Amino acid sequence: MMAFFARFTLTGPSNWIIQRITAIVMAAYLFFIVGFLVINPALTYDQWSALNGLLSMRIFTLVTIAAVAFHAWIGMRCVLTDYITVRLIGPKANGVRNVLQLGLGFIILLYLMWTIKILWGL
Amino acid sequence: MLNVSIYRYNPEVDDEPYMQDFQFDTEGKDIMVLDVLEKLKIQDPSLVFRRSCREGVCGSDGVNISGKNGLACITPLSEAVKGNKLVIRPLPGLPVIRDLVIDMGQFYAQYEKIQPYMINNSPAPAIERLQSPEERAKLDGLYECILCACCSTACPSFWWNPEKFIGPSGLLQAYRFLADSRDTATEERLANLDDPFSVFRCHGIMNCVQVCPKGLNPTKAIGHIRNMLIRSAT
Repeated sequence: MMAFFARFTLTGPSNWIIQRITAIVMAAYLFFIVGFLVINPALTYDQWSALNGLLSMRIFTLVTIAAVAFHAWIGMRCVLTDYITVRLIGPKANGVRNVLQLGLGFIILLYLMWTIKILWGL
Repeated sequence: MLNVSIYRYNPEVDDEPYMQDFQFDTEGKDIMVLDVLEKLKIQDPSLVFRRSCREGVCGSDGVNISGKNGLACITPLSEAVKGNKLVIRPLPGLPVIRDLVIDMGQFYAQYEKIQPYMINNSPAPAIERLQSPEERAKLDGLYECILCACCSTACPSFWWNPEKFIGPSGLLQAYRFLADSRDTATEERLANLDDPFSVFRCHGIMNCVQVCPKGLNPTKAIGHIRNMLIRSAT
């Protein structure tokens, strides 16, 4: 999975395009959820449960979380390669950055699996 | 009297940089920051800065004036003085050689990377390579860059990765040759820029546009390069 992420986010143009597409997906999800809450001010558990029981809604949520995963991976890697560099913190930077990157990948993967578990009640 | 605070550092004498305060009588005139530096140098000949044409053409005297990069020779005190205080520091992000003089090696290394010269291997015509007025107009806002480094040293992406990110000045020049109808190396030029750092570390915060003493727009040029890279990738 890490290798897949790394390969997929290697070039500048693909990074840029992925950041934009995932941002649109996240914005669409945000508007939908906020819109749903506004339309249903007296939201009950049954309504909420019914909405999230729909297969289309589950897929929408999963796609959004996957978008968050890609967006966070590219964005955080950008931050790490800006600030955790040999120029700024010395020769230990590369090791520190790799550890942080590994931790980041682990957390992202964990969130993805957790989302699937919640959505399909595994 | 105007309070002038100047960054001083002579590595042969000083352990670390310090700010030196001067009192300066402007005689009520709205003179340029460079005039202040010249007069202070008479007062203290050890003060070092670069200058040459003193009219905003050579790009030698780029310094950080009260927090904003600019050319000392064309920045009047009325724009630079805040609360009767003028603070002059070297351009940020590059190594200081002495006082206001910085080592621009990294800046020029990035400029060299983009091959800042016409590449056209077709046989030269008898007189010259012609351009239509429309083709020539595409170079406006690009060729005027004087390489003063005010923009690149105002750019955080260049501060963090000066050896990988080309920087606004270099990218403006890169686009100047990408946009030139007489240049035939467009694909090679794009291939040299196609990585996550060279171009894509620009996040469009436009510090470069804000400080450019020639009123140029590197962010716009970078946007054009980015679109060319995305088009060639898809």
